Order: sequence, then C-alpha cells, then structure tokens
Amino acid sequence: MKLDVVFRIAAKIFIPFMLVFAMYVQFHGETGPGGGFQAGVVAAAMVFFYAIIFGLDAAQQIVPPRVVELMVPAGVGIFAGVGVVSLLLGENYLNYSPLGPDSPHGQEYGIILVEIGVLVTVTGTLVAIFYSFVGRGR
Amino acid sequence: MISEHLPALQVVIPLLGAVLCACFKRGVAAWFVACVASVAVLIVSVGLLAQVYDGGTISYALGGWRPPFGIEYRIDIFNAYVLVLVSVIGAVIMPYAKRSVEQEIPADRQAWFYSIYLLCLCGLLGIAITGDAFNAFVFMEISSLATYALIAMGRDRRALLAAYQYLIMGTIGATFYVIGVGLLYSMTGTLNLVDMANRLAGIEESRAVLAALAFLTVGISLKLALFPLHVWLPNAYAYAPSMATAFLSATATKVAVYLLLRYFFTVFGVSVVYADLPISWIFLVLSLAAMFGASVVAVFQNNIKRMLAYSSVGQIGYITLGIGIANETGLTGGIVHLFNHAVTKATLFMAVGAIFFRIGSVRIEDLGGVGKQMPWTAGAFVIAGFSLLGIPGTVGFITKWYLGLGAAEDGWWWLVILIVLSSMLSVVYIGRFVEVMWFRDVVPAARRAKEPPLSMLLPTLLLTGATIFFGFDTRLTEGVAELAAQWLLSGAR
Repeated sequence: MKLDVVFRIAAKIFIPFMLVFAMYVQFHGETGPGGGFQAGVVAAAMVFFYAIIFGLDAAQQIVPPRVVELMVPAGVGIFAGVGVVSLLLGENYLNYSPLGPDSPHGQEYGIILVEIGVLVTVTGTLVAIFYSFVGRGR
Repeated sequence: MISEHLPALQVVIPLLGAVLCACFKRGVAAWFVACVASVAVLIVSVGLLAQVYDGGTISYALGGWRPPFGIEYRIDIFNAYVLVLVSVIGAVIMPYAKRSVEQEIPADRQAWFYSIYLLCLCGLLGIAITGDAFNAFVFMEISSLATYALIAMGRDRRALLAAYQYLIMGTIGATFYVIGVGLLYSMTGTLNLVDMANRLAGIEESRAVLAALAFLTVGISLKLALFPLHVWLPNAYAYAPSMATAFLSATATKVAVYLLLRYFFTVFGVSVVYADLPISWIFLVLSLAAMFGASVVAVFQNNIKRMLAYSSVGQIGYITLGIGIANETGLTGGIVHLFNHAVTKATLFMAVGAIFFRIGSVRIEDLGGVGKQMPWTAGAFVIAGFSLLGIPGTVGFITKWYLGLGAAEDGWWWLVILIVLSSMLSVVYIGRFVEVMWFRDVVPAARRAKEPPLSMLLPTLLLTGATIFFGFDTRLTEGVAELAAQWLLSGAR
C-alpha cells in the first residue's frame, strides 16, 4: 500500500481539506448542523486515513499515542474548566454570561470554548480506540 | 461565597480529579489526587447536610438557567444523607486503596484505575444530587460505564465476562429507565422532578403514566439488584478488584435505591404507588425471596467474595422490605439500612481484600487458620459478620429492629418471624467462614500471612468501629433516616 502513488497523492490532497472541513463543522456549530462531536469525528477520520495509507508507525509519529491519551482527559478538563472559571467569576457553575462583555457574548464564547473541549476529547478517544484496535497483535 | 456553590462542587471535584488522574503516568500521583478529591468531596457533602439540616432544601440552578427550564441540583434531607453515605465510603477507602491497587492492578493502568474510580464517584454523587430526570440518567450512565471498567480490571479473567454480563443487564436497566422518563416527559412536558410531580396531579391514572412507573421500577430495580434481577451482581463483585468491590458494594446499589424512593415518593406520590397498585406486595414478596433465596445460595459458596455478594442481594432485600412495609418505622428501617449495610459490607469486603492481599486467594480451603495469623483483620470480619446477623450492639440490629417494629405496627407478625428466620441463614453462611478462619489449623497457603499494612488495616478497623458505634449511638444515622422517612411519607414537601 505504501508504494502506491495514487493513494499517496490522493491522501496528500484530501487530508488538508479534511482538517479544514473539521474546523468548518466545528465553528459552524452554532448556526448550522455540526459542532464539537461531529468535527471531532472528522478530525479523527483524518488520522485513520493517514494511518491506512502510510501505516500505523507514520501516523503515530505525527499523533503520538501519549498525546492521544492526554487529549482524552484534556477535553473534559477544558469543558469542566470553563465551568470553574464561571464559578470563580462569581456565577453558578457553567453559567457563561460573565465570560464576555455582556451576557449573550459571554454565552457565545462559553459555548465555543466548551465545544473545543468536546472536539479534543472526541478526537482523542476515537484515535485511541483506533490505535488500540490496530495495535493488537503487533 | 463558596458555600452557595457546594452543590456544583460536589460533582465537579471528582470530575476534575478524574481528569487530573488520567494525565498522570504513575499510580502514586493519581492515588494522591484521588485521595485529595475524595476527602474534599466528603467535606462538601457534610457541609451540604449541615446546610440542609439548618435551612431546609437547597436549590442550585446549573449554568444559571432557572428551574424548571434548566438543570436543577436539589438537595433535601434524604439525598444529603445519601451524598454523605457515598462520600464517607469513598474517603475511608482511599488510604486502603493504595496498597491493594498496587498489588492487583498492572502498574501502567493504576492511574486509569483511579481516574475511573473518581468518575464512578462523580456519577453516583450526581444521581443523588440532581433534581432532573434526564440528568440522573446521564449520571447513571457515567457511573455504570465506570463500574463496568472497574470490574473488568480484576485480575481474574472471569472479571471480563462478569463486566460484560453487567454491561448487558445494566444497559437494559438504563434503557428501561430512559423509556420511563420519556413517557413521563411526553405526559408532563418537563424533566424537572418537582415540576413533574406537580404536573402529574390529576393524570396519575393514565396508562402512559402507569407504564412509566412500571418501566422506571424495573429499570432501577435492575440497577439495585432486586431479587430476580440480581444475576449480574455475584460475579461482578466476586471478580472485581478488592477495592472496587468494597466501594461498589457499599455505594452503587444504595444510590439506585435512593433513586427508586425518589420516584415512588416524590414524583408519583404515596397515594398512587401504594394505594392503587400492588407495589407494596410485589416488594414484600421479592424482598423475602431475596432474603431467603440469596442467603441459601450464599451458604453454598466456597469463594468468600461470592458469598458476600449473594449476602448483598439478601441484604438489599431488607432495604426493599422497608419500601414494601412503607409505614414510617419500616421505611426508616429501610433507609437506615442503606447506611448500615454500606458500612457493614464495606468492612467485610475490605477485610477480605486484606486477606487476599496476604494470601492471594479467597477460596475457603485457603483460609484455614487465617484468624490466628491475621487476628485484627479476621476480627473485623467477625464483628461486621455479627452486624449482618443483626446481633444487638451492631448496626445490623438497628435495621432489623425498625423493620420488625414496622411490620408489627401493621400487624404482620408473620413478617417479624420471617425477618428473624432469615437472620438465622446469615448465621450459617457467615459462621461457616468464621469457623474456618478461627478454629481450623493453619493451612499452608496462610502460613506466611501476617497482618496487612497499616494503611489497609486502619480504614478497615475504622469502619468496624463504625458498625459498633452506630449500633449504640443512632442519633445521627437513625435520626436522619427518620427525618427522611417522615419527609418522604408526608409527600416530600
């Protein structure tokens, strides 16, 4: 597979667009279909695609397993941490209003931050599952 | 300022602790984080109980969205009691966990183990604290998924099968629960439990509401291991790591009982559940079946953890018996048994875990003479065993006293006799192991065994002390349980 030029070139063309699409889905979440979960799946699919074409070792050089393992809790940490910030700003847990100059902006920023947390965890979890499946018996 | 945010902190502390644990590679660092988080959770829950005791029900609007639109955390005397129960066990077990986990869990998984444990704690506390039907489902899934993983980490390969079995049963239970919630939502248009109770007034007799009650009862009964739905429990407890067994046996089923009581008494109301439906009799019959059936099976177990697991099914029968009797005294007995059984069973499983730590086996043939080698540990086992039998001076007696009184108040003397008879069965299954531990010659497997390290022995002895202390001084446990029972029976207003 590694020597097949068609696959390699196609992968190199597709992968940047997959990332762009993931980011589009991520930041388009408030106004259209999409959000952190879907974007996370697309971003993880990018890693799978790369691993299928170039092999697991090459993929793990770009996205090391240790980073993946840290991404899983890090996303939850971002989500929960945003809530803690609103606690520190004197509001109830997960109340995003104090994060911006006024309440609607605060809510918007809060949701963007939380969705980034979702993206990180979903990507990390899916890649971790993929790595452990593919890594079996090696 | 911080005191008003205690309800959020109750759930957020273990969640953040779990995140931190998962970032570590070394088990010791994760253990330290889990320790700090468990103690902090205990402080928060005691603070909440004090606040409720003084000032009545607390309502906390998560995210600033006011109830019934947003998720509400609602703490009254009953769930404050459950929160304290769960967090006490969580905090006491942490010092014990260190050595036990070091021995039973591979080094590269210890940090994950603590992370999952904290997630399980977070889920259990979340079920107890939330006032939102769907939020309770989410927390139920968090705690259940964490529990499956905890069980699967057992060293025995059968742990995987046990975890899978529980996964299937637990998922069915959770599905039934969510179907019930869905039906209620379609009838009332709300997920807030207080709001739901108000809106149900007048439509209790509709078929959808009764179906919802049936789904919720069966779904939650699966989680709490009510007699014919208990088949997942013995294997899960028998093959899980010692620390996980001790923690789960003391907390997981208790929180499910809490959730059932919350639906029966505060959402549907006593008049619907007890007056119009045969739920009282269903629970009486199933509880008696558990008390006798599971106890008889426990008599024939040669694996001490399996024996205790079957005994748990029987003991849950006493709790649900209190639900079945459903007068104030009987219900007090059931609710106080939540705490009493948690303390007793945690002590027993911790003693067994300590024996396993030294001997590496939990089979009856390897336990001969352990009492002579590890007198403190085996002594703790005996005292907690007494509590299971209900000997006066232990917490187990308090439970049976109130259950018996409650049955007598209704004129059910036959039930009093059955309660006493079922205790006789626990004499047999506990007595069998006590006899082997204390009165047999030391077997080769136990010859080199000595007392476990202090970090394991002291928490076990602390809980042993609690089984005796709360058997004499019942002001705290029975007092709160009685308040909770009164509050539930008076329509939870």
